[in-house]
Amino acid sequence: MQNTPQRAVNWSRIVKESLVAGLIALVLFFELVGVRVVDNPGGLGLRSRWLWLLIAVVATAVGRLLLAWRREILNNRPVADLGLTASDSGKSDSRIQIFTRYVAPLLIAFALTLPMMPFANRYIVDIATLVLTYVMLGWGLNIVVGLAGLLDLGYVAFYAVGAYSYALLSTQLGWSFWVSLPLAGLLAASFGILLGFPVLRLRGDYLAIVTLGFGEIVRIILLNWYTFTNGPDGISGIPRPSFFGLPFKRHVPEGTDSFSSFFGLDYSSMHRIIFLYYLILLLALLTNFFTLRIRRLPIGRAWEALREDEIASRSLGINPTNTKLSGFAIGAMFAGFAGSFFATRQGFVSPESFTFIESAVILSIVVLGGMGSQIGVVLAAVLLIGGTEMFRSLADFRMLAFGALMVAIMVWKPRGLLSNREPTVRLADHPEEPSPDLVAEQKS
Amino acid sequence: MNGTPEDQPVLLQVEHLTMKFGGLTAIDDVSFTAKAGEITAIIGPNGAGKTTIFNCLTGFYSPTYGRLGLHHSDSEFLLERMEGFRITQQAHVARTFQNIRLFGAMSVLENLIVAQHNVLMRASKLSFAGLLGMKGYRQAEKEAINKARYWLQRTGLLEYADQDAANLPYGAQRRLEIARAMCTRPALLCLDEPAAGLNPKESSELNALLNYIKNEHQVGLLLIEHDMSVVMEISDHIVVLDYGRKISDGTPETVANDPVVIRAYLGEDEDSQLPQKIAEDLPGVRQDA
Repeated sequence: MQNTPQRAVNWSRIVKESLVAGLIALVLFFELVGVRVVDNPGGLGLRSRWLWLLIAVVATAVGRLLLAWRREILNNRPVADLGLTASDSGKSDSRIQIFTRYVAPLLIAFALTLPMMPFANRYIVDIATLVLTYVMLGWGLNIVVGLAGLLDLGYVAFYAVGAYSYALLSTQLGWSFWVSLPLAGLLAASFGILLGFPVLRLRGDYLAIVTLGFGEIVRIILLNWYTFTNGPDGISGIPRPSFFGLPFKRHVPEGTDSFSSFFGLDYSSMHRIIFLYYLILLLALLTNFFTLRIRRLPIGRAWEALREDEIASRSLGINPTNTKLSGFAIGAMFAGFAGSFFATRQGFVSPESFTFIESAVILSIVVLGGMGSQIGVVLAAVLLIGGTEMFRSLADFRMLAFGALMVAIMVWKPRGLLSNREPTVRLADHPEEPSPDLVAEQKS
Repeated sequence: MNGTPEDQPVLLQVEHLTMKFGGLTAIDDVSFTAKAGEITAIIGPNGAGKTTIFNCLTGFYSPTYGRLGLHHSDSEFLLERMEGFRITQQAHVARTFQNIRLFGAMSVLENLIVAQHNVLMRASKLSFAGLLGMKGYRQAEKEAINKARYWLQRTGLLEYADQDAANLPYGAQRRLEIARAMCTRPALLCLDEPAAGLNPKESSELNALLNYIKNEHQVGLLLIEHDMSVVMEISDHIVVLDYGRKISDGTPETVANDPVVIRAYLGEDEDSQLPQKIAEDLPGVRQDA
């Protein structure tokens, strides 16, 4: 710039930037916020909302002003300050580790006791169930994206396979939830392998495009194969899960028990809601423990090695195809489980529930949480899903809040909320033991 | 093969290896042998085809013609017919890379454990035994850690064991790559410019490490190197390439005195032409003079 002293803040540039941002906002929001189509008695009409437009534009300009100002301040900081922040980031890494160690059990305890809390009404438990569904999907996708480093934009396809598997098995063959659940997982996993075989030679962007296409293909097949999937009408009347054979119903046929009569409780519709909540909690925790465990096994380490450097992995004798396929299949299996749960919870499935936006939301949860971080996924799911549900009263602005939240996380934590990685094995935990045969074996 | 001791068995036999990329012949009818417990160096000017030979040996390229026979444990492996990862898995050929390829976000120890993937995978019985935490798998993992510890000690990396590989100093990363390759229990270890970017002290430590690997583990080493102090000091046998052809083959003394080799490295008439060539490349200098 000009001959301004080093520390001075360049106000003219900041103001210019904020004016440009305001102008862009004016152009964008004119259509989105400024005018609105309304249903008048004589046909469609336009209603203007100039005040809202003004608020949106001013908010954008001021926001940009603050961001630019903060950046100038940071840029002009003397070098010694920068050194300080470097050591800060090291400290924050260990803080994250402590956070993870103590917060995870607390979160599990909270999740276990949530339905018994005084504030837990039907609405809260419903939202918690929804959040947990996305936590489970996020954990499943984390295996594929976070560990194996394969960018999958069609993850919702496996979710759909799981949902339709249970829907069809239960309505056509009358199979129970607990029998269908593993089958739905297996079917989804075989779809993962089916997709995997042709596409695993691709990497990065190319893989992302093909998986995106696969997600759409599955949705379009569900939409058009009317005789099998009932097309856009979906499948309704999917049986609700029972508690080891005891249905959650007010009235049951003579001579059989319902959940409430068996336990001598008064019938309450909350029983089923709470049961569904615990069911998804169980499934999600299963996903989590499985992931934590497999990360420490050779296959999990091979996934991470492939993510880091495929050529080096191959030179160490790792079979890239099988390793990637297993990652794809296991990730898909958990999506299949979650899909079955979705079907039994809703009692109805249709292709509408499995659009690309679902894949995008699940991927956002993984990326914003910090790739590979289990607890990051939980935080991101609570923020994104819980947050947008809470903002339901904002009506049209809900998705705007969703976007703003994503931008905020990306500005504040570009590598995700919790992005540190714990080694799967530490030499410090394995003290040396003298082993006489080792040297002999080495020589052979 | 003059001057090499005859008591070592032939490990690698390269016969008439030819590699063509379209119209370009990168390697033209090259044959040589390498023995177990010996260091064979492949040298030559830039673009002579050294790394291409490595890529053929380790399955990254499949050669146009030729046979790559590896003989050990009473069996013969034809490397040119094997898929890349199987060459390490079954024929036990390991390699390092010219530009270091570590798993940067993983710890040093994890890098060495990943190198033992096939042994551990067998012990984990397709992960089922591992998931259940069965004793056999736990034992195998403990052995893998001990093996990693052994190589960390050997390469002087013990203090870095739990750090991310990407945060290691350059020389330590080079040594880690060698340790990682050794954890695959190779019969033939291919090192692509292991001394590049090392200072003289690190270079001499590397020489000691390579000699140790050769003598104690009876591994055949194949070495691409530009640093002549390393090559002449530790090689038992040198193969010289130029424009994809083998121009000399023998002990360090034979090769160093071979007029063909001197011509390939220094040009036709080393006394007059070389300085003149440099002067032509620097027009500014000529004007001043």
